[in-house]
Amino acid sequence: MPLLHIKDISLSFGGLKAVDSVNIRVDEGEIVSLIGPNGAGKTTVFNILTGIYTVDSGEIFFEGNAIQNKIPQDIVEAGIARTFQNIRLFRNMRVIENVLIGSHIREPYNFFQAVFRTRRFRDSERENTLKAVRLLREVGLLARTHDYAANLPYGEQRKLEIARALATGAKLILLDEPAAGMNPQESEELLRFILSLRGRGYTILMIEHDMSVVMNISDRIYVLDYGKLISEGLPRQVANDPKVIEAYLGGVPDAAENNRA
Amino acid sequence: MDITGRLERFFSQRRIFFFAVVIALLAALPAFGFSRYIMRICIVISIYSMLTLALNLVAGYTGQLSMGNGGFYAIGAYTATLLMINAGLSFWSSLVVAAAFAGISGFLLGLPTLRLKGSYLTIVTLGFGEIVRMILMNWDTVTNGTLGVRNIPLPSLFGVSLSFTNHGLYYLALVLTALVSVFCALVINSKVGRAFIAIREDEIAAQMMGIKTVRYKVLAFVLSATISGIAGAFYAPMVGYIDPNSFTFDISSQIISMAILGGLGTMRGMYFGAAALIVFPEVSRFLMDYRFVIYGLILVLMMRFRPQGLLGWRTRLPYRFGKVLERQLAAEGSLPPLL
Repeated sequence: MPLLHIKDISLSFGGLKAVDSVNIRVDEGEIVSLIGPNGAGKTTVFNILTGIYTVDSGEIFFEGNAIQNKIPQDIVEAGIARTFQNIRLFRNMRVIENVLIGSHIREPYNFFQAVFRTRRFRDSERENTLKAVRLLREVGLLARTHDYAANLPYGEQRKLEIARALATGAKLILLDEPAAGMNPQESEELLRFILSLRGRGYTILMIEHDMSVVMNISDRIYVLDYGKLISEGLPRQVANDPKVIEAYLGGVPDAAENNRA
Repeated sequence: MDITGRLERFFSQRRIFFFAVVIALLAALPAFGFSRYIMRICIVISIYSMLTLALNLVAGYTGQLSMGNGGFYAIGAYTATLLMINAGLSFWSSLVVAAAFAGISGFLLGLPTLRLKGSYLTIVTLGFGEIVRMILMNWDTVTNGTLGVRNIPLPSLFGVSLSFTNHGLYYLALVLTALVSVFCALVINSKVGRAFIAIREDEIAAQMMGIKTVRYKVLAFVLSATISGIAGAFYAPMVGYIDPNSFTFDISSQIISMAILGGLGTMRGMYFGAAALIVFPEVSRFLMDYRFVIYGLILVLMMRFRPQGLLGWRTRLPYRFGKVLERQLAAEGSLPPLL
C-alpha cells in the first residue's frame, strides 16, 4: 500500500482546469518530486493535499484513509505537514517557539489545565520543549534556539520551516520549492539535509525547480503541465522524455501552438 | 547589547526584588495619606489596566483589532448593577455572573464575526459597542434608559463595606488587577498563547500547523470580554452611578490608544499606557482645552517614531526553559547557547 495515493483528482477555477485527472503515488521512505513549468498546477496540488482547496472529483488516500476535502487541521493530525514557497515562519516568535507551534497538536492539555498549571500541562510542555530542542539540534539550529525567526539567514529560515513541519509528527513532508532563492552551496547543503530526513524515516514529496536538486535526490519524478501529468518515472527517464523537454523548452512551433490552444 | 537589552537583563536578574518592591509600594500606598482624588485616579488606572490587558489578548496577541471592548465593559457594569439592585445579590456573586455574561456575549459576537478579517472585523466590533449602548438607552424597563441607575451599593467583605475612606475599593482594585494579570500571563505562556501569537503572525501557516484558528480567535474574544466585564462590574459600585453615556465609543478608543501607546503584545505596556493616558489629562489641566490637542499630538508622534509602542520591544532575554528542563538538556549536552 502506498503511503500517499492521489487518484484522479481534478479541480477547476471557473473555466480553467488547474488540476486535471492527476494520479500520484508516494511510497514510504521515498523522495518524490513534482516538477513542471510555472503555472502548471504544482502548488495547487499541494493546496489540495493540505486542505486549502477541495477537489471537484477524485480521491486521496493517506495510509489507506481517504483524506480528500478534509480540513487542514485533520490532515496535519493524519500526518502530513508542509512548507511554503515563500517562507511563512512566525517571524516575531523565537526559533524554539516556532517549533513548539509545530507540536501544538501533540499537546494533550486543555485551556483550564493550562491556566491551573496542572501536572498534565507541565509534563506535556516539558516533554514537547525537550523534543523541540532535540529536533533543533538534529537540524543544526541549536545555536539559534533563543533567537527570533526573523533574524535568521535565508537558508536557516528554510531549515526552521522544515523543522516546524517535522515537529507536527508528520510522516509525509511536503516541501514547496525548498531550494528557491538559494545559491549553489546552500542548495547543496539543503540536498544533504533532505537526504538525511529520508534517512530518519520521513517520506518527502517536493516541488522544485532546481534541477540539480531534483535530479540528484529524487527517487521518482512527476511532471505536470497545464494541470495534467505529462510524464513520470525515474529521473533519467523523465529528463529524456521529449514531452518534458517540450514543456520546458518549447518544441516544434506548430506542435507547441496546438498544445497551448 | 543595546540599552533596552541591558535594562531588561538588569531587571530580570533582580526581578524578585523589584517585584516585591512594587507590590509593597502599591500595598502601602494608602498609608502615605494621599487625597481621595489621587486614590481615585489610582483605582481608575487599575480599571483601565484590566481593560487594556483584555484588549491585549485580542488585539495584541491574536492580532484582531476589536473596537467593541467598551461594549463588554458596559455589559459587565450593567449586569452587576442590576443584579445587585433588583435581585439583591452580593457584589461578589454579581461580579461572577457579570463576568460570565460578558464572556457569553463575547462568544456570541465572536462566533459569526471572527470569520471576518482585518478592518471588516473592526467595523463589526465598533458597531457592537454602539448597539450595546443603544440597548441600554432604550430598554427602559430593565436598564432605566438614559436616566441611568443610581445608588449602586459598595461591595462589602465580612460585613465591612469597601469604600474610598477605608481604602477597601483601592485594595479590591489592586487584587482584581493582580488576578487578571496572573491569568493573562498564564494563558500567554502556554500553547494557547502561542497559538494566539501564531495567528497574529501568519494565520494560514498557523492553520497548516493544525491550529484551529477560528476556535482560538473566539477563545481570545471570550477571555477579553470576560475580563472587560470584570472591570465593568467593579467600576459600577465604585462610582455609584452609571448611565449609557458612561460607555460611549470614547472608552473603546481610549483603551486602544493606551494599548498602542504602551505597546501591543506586551503586558508591561498595558499598565504603562493606562497610567500615562489617565494621568496625562489630570496633570495637564492648566492647558485647559488644549490638552486634548497635546494628547492627540503625542499619539501622532508616537505612531510616526515608535509605532510598536513606547515599551513595545521584543524581549532580548533568553527563552525560559525552567530549571528542571535546563538540567535535563545540559545532561544530554543539548542546552542551547545563549545569544
